[in-house]
Amino acid sequence: IDYTGTEPSSPCNKCLNVSWDSTPPCTCTINFTLEHSFESNVFMYYGLSNFYQNHRRYVKSRDDSQLNGDNSSLLNPSKECEPYRTNEDKPIAPCGAIANSMFNDTLELYRIDNDTRIPITLIKKGIAWWTDKNVKFRNPTGDGNNLTALFQGTTKPVNWPKPVYMLDSEPDNNGFINEDFIVWMRTAALPTFRKLYRLIERKNNLHPTLQAGKYSLVIAYNYPVHSFDGRKRMILSTISWMGGKNPFLGIAYITVGSICFFLGVVLLIIHHKYGNRNTSADIPN
Amino acid sequence: VEYIFTDKTGTLTENSMEFIECCIDGHKYKDCISEVDGFSQTDGSLKYYGKAEKSREELFLRALCLCHTVQIKEADQVDGLIGHPERKHTYISSSPDEIALVKGAEKYGFTFLGLQNDFMKIRNQKNETEMYQLLHVLNFDPVRRRMSVIVRTTTGKLLLFCKGADSSIFPRVQQEEIQRTKVHVDRNAMDGYRTLCVAFKELTQKEYDKIDRQLNEAKMALQDREEKMAKVFEDTEADMHLIGATAVEDRLQEQSAETIEALHAAGMKVWVLTGDKMETAKSTCYACRLFQTSTELLELTVKVVGESERKEDRLHELLMEYHKKLIQDVPKNRGGLKRSWTLSQEYGLIIDGSTLSLILNPSQDSSSSNYKNIFLQICLKCTAVLCCRMAPLQKAQIVRMVKNTKGSPITLSIGDGANDVSMILEAHVGIGIKGKEGRQASRNSDYAVPKFKHLRKLLLAHGHLYYVRIAHLVQYFFYKNLCFILPQFLYQFFCGFSQQPLYDAAYLTMYNICFTSLPILAYSLLEQHINIDTLTSDPQLYMKVSDNAMLQWKPFLYWTFLGAFEGLVFFFGVYFLFQNSSLEDNGKVFGNWTFGTIVFTVLVFTVTLKLALDTRFWTWMNHFVIWGSLAFYVFFSFFWGGVIWQVSPFLKQQRMYFVFAHMLTSVSTWLAIILLIFISLFPEILLIVLKNIKEKSHQVRNKFM
Repeated sequence: IDYTGTEPSSPCNKCLNVSWDSTPPCTCTINFTLEHSFESNVFMYYGLSNFYQNHRRYVKSRDDSQLNGDNSSLLNPSKECEPYRTNEDKPIAPCGAIANSMFNDTLELYRIDNDTRIPITLIKKGIAWWTDKNVKFRNPTGDGNNLTALFQGTTKPVNWPKPVYMLDSEPDNNGFINEDFIVWMRTAALPTFRKLYRLIERKNNLHPTLQAGKYSLVIAYNYPVHSFDGRKRMILSTISWMGGKNPFLGIAYITVGSICFFLGVVLLIIHHKYGNRNTSADIPN
Repeated sequence: VEYIFTDKTGTLTENSMEFIECCIDGHKYKDCISEVDGFSQTDGSLKYYGKAEKSREELFLRALCLCHTVQIKEADQVDGLIGHPERKHTYISSSPDEIALVKGAEKYGFTFLGLQNDFMKIRNQKNETEMYQLLHVLNFDPVRRRMSVIVRTTTGKLLLFCKGADSSIFPRVQQEEIQRTKVHVDRNAMDGYRTLCVAFKELTQKEYDKIDRQLNEAKMALQDREEKMAKVFEDTEADMHLIGATAVEDRLQEQSAETIEALHAAGMKVWVLTGDKMETAKSTCYACRLFQTSTELLELTVKVVGESERKEDRLHELLMEYHKKLIQDVPKNRGGLKRSWTLSQEYGLIIDGSTLSLILNPSQDSSSSNYKNIFLQICLKCTAVLCCRMAPLQKAQIVRMVKNTKGSPITLSIGDGANDVSMILEAHVGIGIKGKEGRQASRNSDYAVPKFKHLRKLLLAHGHLYYVRIAHLVQYFFYKNLCFILPQFLYQFFCGFSQQPLYDAAYLTMYNICFTSLPILAYSLLEQHINIDTLTSDPQLYMKVSDNAMLQWKPFLYWTFLGAFEGLVFFFGVYFLFQNSSLEDNGKVFGNWTFGTIVFTVLVFTVTLKLALDTRFWTWMNHFVIWGSLAFYVFFSFFWGGVIWQVSPFLKQQRMYFVFAHMLTSVSTWLAIILLIFISLFPEILLIVLKNIKEKSHQVRNKFM
């Protein structure tokens, strides 16, 4: 569901030119219908288009040792983060352009059932790589419960509304190990990409996770993409053992398989023809 | 290699002379060889076909014993048992012909015992020792082609013995004696033997004094010594009596005929450049199958051109005639192999040194200036060329001339003596034979071999293999780098042209050296796409690599196309793979480094497997480096991504942490990698199958033909 809001008829059109730090945030609601019900685990993604997370200067603009919890790098970030390294003489934590441009729209999903809105539980844990969350990204050493003190002496990135130690109330999803943050920091390969936002767990085998019907998506529109012609989308997807919906592998395998089979038959015929001729041409000495 | 220039003596022949037969006063005397229990044993007596007078025989043998410049070397005395009593001394001379003649005379009872105080000692058939006082030696020179000695016998008679080439002896003897000997001489020359004639003259005291005085004057002359001496020699060696002629054989080296046949079949042209005279050289060429019986011989020699002032016109006529015959009457079947002339009429060319200098150094007429081009065209159309009476510099001149023709053919020279050094240095490949004439040739050569027959394996097997290996190496390097860089290039279109590398820096650095260099190294040292024995025994296979066949446009374009195709497959294969939300079963998303790593994995595997497909000759080393390189890549990726680099001076980022391992947890990725490798190698596999079919059909067709 594209919710950029460039068309005047879109509900999010009013949020188009909102500034990134306006309080309260601009909210818009988009209603949509699910044709079929979704079984098993459902994954909710946000997608961005025309957003070059793979630009060279963007990709190198981070400090991995700071994100790993190294105290010296916390107060003295690496030069790669320029110009998002310090702000008013205080080091930025987390530094760099990647962290600075973190996606901060909030999406909520409600099921509409006879004019009542039933909220759907969205799970925010388990969206980042296990190794990222537990090894690569670490908060600075110290008492995990009092993150404010650990980040003493640093300041928040320029375009963030709140500092990093206030990303979440739960201590194991706060600071550098916030999973939304980690997911954002893994730079995408292509300019049109999706990142995992939330999980919708299945209830039990009898009921589908998301029944067919009407739903409404409530968006806190914080993230401006209009200036560079970017687009924002929300995607709901189910996953099989092979991954998300992608016909490429299937089509490729079938095509290559058929070509090989066809060529096999053709070459078998040719071989048979020449093989026959070979044996009949043996002139006994 | 397209052209082979060889020397004759010592290269094609053994350079060990053997006295075969002689002709005394028109009667032929030939060795009788009887075989006893597989060993050939020469009888002491002569088998004769009609006998001459005993005195004439003895005169002939004495002449052989006296008219030479051979020296005796006494063998070292060894305490204890001594071997054959006759073999106490060895002969040393600058010319092996002379040694052969002296040994031949020794066989028939006249042994030369040495030179002591101006006296030559001979032991004759009755075991008596005869002494002759050596008065003068008129040395051999290549211009007049004979030598003489003047001796005084114990009875006081003065004798002049003269030995030399028949063309220089016959004009100086009594005319009626020539005919009966000439028959034998010509027959010997046709059989390929080196012939010499022996003549003598008895001098009176007065004549001798005059000659003596003239010789001494000429020897002491301060100006024009050579001319004066030549004149005296001329005057002295006149009005002689012909005694007989000798024939000496210079055997062909073992298997030189087979070697030349093989080289011909491989499409190479063989030219023989020698300093010997035409008849001997021609018969050697027939013996070693350079000229087949069906070969039509074109001659550009002194004999045909003549010595008169009209020789240039005659040369012109001949050149035009041959040119017309060869160029304009070329048969129309041009299909098939580029250099197969085995179907059409074969031509051979014989040319000697003086005619060559006429062609290459024309006089001031402008009409003779393009003889060189016509001559070259004639030469290039002949399958075999014989150049006789060549000076060493002329040999190099000919090689240079062929080197500079259109198409710059590769030339190879092989020789054994110091007179071949200029030829060896001039050609592209110079081969020296370590023979009797010393080490000069091998010192100056690129490769030294012991015998001529080794040229066959050197060229047909080793030359072929080296070429194939190197050509493949070059093509492979360009190909693998094209595969490597093309995805990187294509990625720029998707990253805003910001030079973001697709692969991690470690992969970029290590690709060419650590992951893909050892397999191709092993290949280019060990590969034998066709068995060595097959290559040596089937010379036609050599034509497959003629004219730099593996590096022409067509193979190069094929490799380039293959590289571009594979680069596209890698990149767009993974690109379309990334069009879905997630490749894992838990919904998590891959980043750009995973994208690059998948492409790189497919790349390394494809490129190495392509080499494995190309390898025809698997040794343990090939297996080790190919599978080892792939294993090393996997281990390195795990290692590189498995460690958090806390303390590292050059690694400030952890972007590859766990990327490789995480990538391998997704089934879709595995499927995609396998599929993309297969698609990339598919054209190559198809081509191999089609080539096999084509070869089989060729074999069938050839069987029918």
